[in-house]
Amino acid sequence: MILIVNGSSMKLEDGSSIPQVIAALDIPTTKGLAVAVDGTVIPRSEWDTLALRSGMRLEVLRAVQGG
Amino acid sequence: MREKLQIGGRVFQSRLIFGTGGFTSLHVMELALRESGAEMATVAMRRVDPRAKGSILEVIESAGCDVLPNTAGCFTAADACLTAQLAREALQTEWIKLEVIGDDRSLLPDGPELLVAAEKLVDEGFIVLPYCNDDPILARRLEELGCAAVMPLGSPIGSGTGIRNPLNIAMILERAGVPVILDAGIGTASDATIAMELGCDGVLAASSISKAKDPVRMARSLRLAVESGRLAYEGGRIPRRLYADASSPNEGLAEFDIDAS
Repeated sequence: MILIVNGSSMKLEDGSSIPQVIAALDIPTTKGLAVAVDGTVIPRSEWDTLALRSGMRLEVLRAVQGG
Repeated sequence: MREKLQIGGRVFQSRLIFGTGGFTSLHVMELALRESGAEMATVAMRRVDPRAKGSILEVIESAGCDVLPNTAGCFTAADACLTAQLAREALQTEWIKLEVIGDDRSLLPDGPELLVAAEKLVDEGFIVLPYCNDDPILARRLEELGCAAVMPLGSPIGSGTGIRNPLNIAMILERAGVPVILDAGIGTASDATIAMELGCDGVLAASSISKAKDPVRMARSLRLAVESGRLAYEGGRIPRRLYADASSPNEGLAEFDIDAS
């Protein structure tokens, strides 16, 4: 399936979930991350179980300097 | 006993809130943060960058500070609310510095969108600190919605032009029942002191520290400026007068019999 992750296309195997998306982003730690799928925040407790489908738009954010 | 700053049921020893934007390195930011004495530091929420080095959260934590996420960069209430929800999920905090801006050039708050976002986030249990215009009516409306504080700007973000309309800040202060934190526009120490002398409950400083020639020294300067301004407010300034008012007694003046010629 093809997802749109942080504005870019990402190809993943069907049945993948949010942890596979994060692994593909090659981020050193998952601490302080938050994920929205199609404009809805997904609690960390649902990362493993939420069924991702082709075409879904994911935003994976973390805290940075600002303000 | 001096009154402490209280926001959302929390008591702060410092009246300076530290904005983390604009530092050239996390190391300099950490030194400045420690020197500032602040107990709360802002962060923004952005897409993850695998190339990013270091963790701002670890730096803030190690300095003994709490994190205050913001919604910087949001132009609509919907975007701001989603960003706040993401921040809550990522950082496990109900606190949010709510920013909804109207355009890129001025970065001035969009009042109507701000009110919509504030109402929704308060309903969702957030402790909302809205960055707002120096508009007494907007500030009152935000307070009525249940915001924990109001954060009027002194002047546009990063402009460093201080408080352009101190009389409006005074009007906000006169009616406010929640803390008033002067946000945006601080250029140097004296701007922060003026804010505190007006009666503001606190000051948020970001660019004035991060973009200073020596951010660590400027952080200390702002710490002292905020403390000094608060002391002056509590001490009570003398009234302004058009003419002089001698402080030495007029009685008992000597009469010198000297020939001026």
